[in-house]
Amino acid sequence: MRQRSLIAITAALAAGALTLTACGSRDDDGGSDSGNGGGTTVVIGVDAPLTGDLSALGLGIKNSVDLAAKTANKDNYVDGVKFEIQALDDQGQPSVGQQNATKLVANEDVLGVVGPLNSSVGESMQKVFDTAKLVEVSPANTNPALTQGVDWQTKQVRPYKSYFRTATTDAIQGPFAAQYVFNDSKKKKVFVIDDKKTYGAGLAATFTEEFKKLGGQVVGTEHINPDTKDFNAVATKVKNSGADVVYYGGEYPQAGPLSKQIKAAGAKIPVVGGDGIYSADFIKLAGATGNGDLATSVGAPVEELPSAKEFVANYKAAGYKEAYEAYGGYSYDSGWAIIEAVKKVVEDNDGKLPDDARAKVTEAMQNVSFDGVTGKVSFDEFGDATNKQLTVYAVENGAWKSVKSGTYTG
Amino acid sequence: MNELPQQLVNGLLLGSMYGLIAIGYTMVYGIVQLINFAHGEIFMTGAFGALTVYIYILPDGTSMLIALPLMLMGAMVVSVAVAVGAERFAYRPLRGAPRLAPLITAIGLSLALQQAVWAWYPHAKSARTFPQIDGGPFHIGSVTLQTGDVFLLIAAPVSMAILAYFVMRTRTGRGMQATAQDPDTAKLMGVNTDRIIVVAFALGAVFAAVGAVANGLKYGQIDFKMGFILGLKAFTAAVLGGIGNIYGAMIGGVVLGIAETLATAYIADIPGLDKFGSQSWADVWAFILLILVLLFRPQGLLGERVADRA
Repeated sequence: MRQRSLIAITAALAAGALTLTACGSRDDDGGSDSGNGGGTTVVIGVDAPLTGDLSALGLGIKNSVDLAAKTANKDNYVDGVKFEIQALDDQGQPSVGQQNATKLVANEDVLGVVGPLNSSVGESMQKVFDTAKLVEVSPANTNPALTQGVDWQTKQVRPYKSYFRTATTDAIQGPFAAQYVFNDSKKKKVFVIDDKKTYGAGLAATFTEEFKKLGGQVVGTEHINPDTKDFNAVATKVKNSGADVVYYGGEYPQAGPLSKQIKAAGAKIPVVGGDGIYSADFIKLAGATGNGDLATSVGAPVEELPSAKEFVANYKAAGYKEAYEAYGGYSYDSGWAIIEAVKKVVEDNDGKLPDDARAKVTEAMQNVSFDGVTGKVSFDEFGDATNKQLTVYAVENGAWKSVKSGTYTG
Repeated sequence: MNELPQQLVNGLLLGSMYGLIAIGYTMVYGIVQLINFAHGEIFMTGAFGALTVYIYILPDGTSMLIALPLMLMGAMVVSVAVAVGAERFAYRPLRGAPRLAPLITAIGLSLALQQAVWAWYPHAKSARTFPQIDGGPFHIGSVTLQTGDVFLLIAAPVSMAILAYFVMRTRTGRGMQATAQDPDTAKLMGVNTDRIIVVAFALGAVFAAVGAVANGLKYGQIDFKMGFILGLKAFTAAVLGGIGNIYGAMIGGVVLGIAETLATAYIADIPGLDKFGSQSWADVWAFILLILVLLFRPQGLLGERVADRA
């Protein structure tokens, strides 16, 4: 009897495991319509958090790259080459991201990768791609160290030649936010909180530096534990510190509840964050008291750019279930940069892919230049985007509204 | 302003949450010596049960006064069903097997339940918002309380009192005590131990469900991962209070919650420790406390008779 029920359980578990595996592999070939037509197929890898609490941003990235590939196929943009995407889920975790990088390197058809979302994940993937000479273009990594080395404040050295990004760095984003908060919002006393991750801590540091330089006062600092949702102890400290604004370096899954609990503790002051909190989910999590919270994000709002009209229309027409979110335009441009680089390599080689296509594409990426969704797309000597526009958004009646766009000049 | 009263209340609330979940760990351990690592997920499914009642069963705009009892019922039904199902199909076939087998099963079950909610519950791939009770906040002296906090402050002691009455005064409760002391003798005395074990799982699930609703009301959101860290903390609370002891679970929870909160609030003010004072260090201090307690009282704060069994 015991034997039999054990077998039954094992069978049930095995069946369950298979179902789950099936769920997982659905994303692996997401979006490919494998209409190969005899030509060469180039795969653009995508790595982003497709599940978990950052999935809203991640799915927007995946869909936007998919759209870039489909657009190139439709227009037959690179003669004889069809583009497909292979999207992998990194769950926002550096270890998973590194495994995905290895997986993408192993697939010989992959000539470029868009992603990841998180700077910490990007850090773990860079070396894997660089060794394989596979080009990586991140639409969302903003930590300066990724392109300018860990000592970027004093001596800038590019660590990996295969890494590029279309997003602006925190070296610009933090100070930009500080200037807005100090000069435009007239807030002088800040409480700085971060989540100790590569992105959050970096952003909080650059903000703090600029805010102090402007003459503002930092009345308290705190590092939260991103695994919990209970920030009441921190919220009480914020309230008693007498701060008139909170700066949070981190992402929306924590920022939402944090904002809510700070206001519930009785401190009716705005929470300001970077592009990591610029998501519709932040507003959902922060609730009604989130009105007036601010976020900076890279680039100008996609909806307001004339160059983005076509992207927005095409995205809608393609019928994706999820919104393109904060990084849609940048993801499309990242994907398109890879397509441009492939085009250059193919055309230089009489319409065929050369044997060392990966190295050639990486080389070509350095000189890519085109008018993309977010404006002119090209890269400087570190692999950073030359487009350094930023925008401040505020929560108004349950939606993000752009309040000020500009270029940080130092 | 003096922030100590508010921080103590913050800790008490966090600790009550740990305590409600810890009861499930401690009861199951007391009776079958199994650390049911899937208990955090039983808690999580309860929260989704309550949300299901509110969103998919009740008509839109139902007052929370009417909705809340029904949501509690929904949470309990789901939690108990999952817990009893787990006992019947995952743990009972392994009773008598080496102790590691059910432990690994529990970990597997925990992952499976998380993934099942992730895969099949509508829009559960990111956090879902949980309905809130209107009104508040309430100010008592320098302490601010939200309506969700009030629910937790009432629910936790009431649950504890009901549990104490059940275990001490009812026939089934005494059967539980007997089974915990010596399962074989209890069986010989005519106690239906299989039934008692099911009751222990079900009771633990009921309190996890109360905790789940309180959690949703307090933080305004639930997600498929919410049970994992909270479950670990609750297990820690159960060990701190003395695993196997139901009062110990609540005391351990409250001590752990207050320790974490005070560590976040005050360690940074001690000269030389300002680097170790933030919330990201609170767990470290909480576990240092756990180690200290276990060094001097290996059986936990209120524990007894664990050593001769383990």
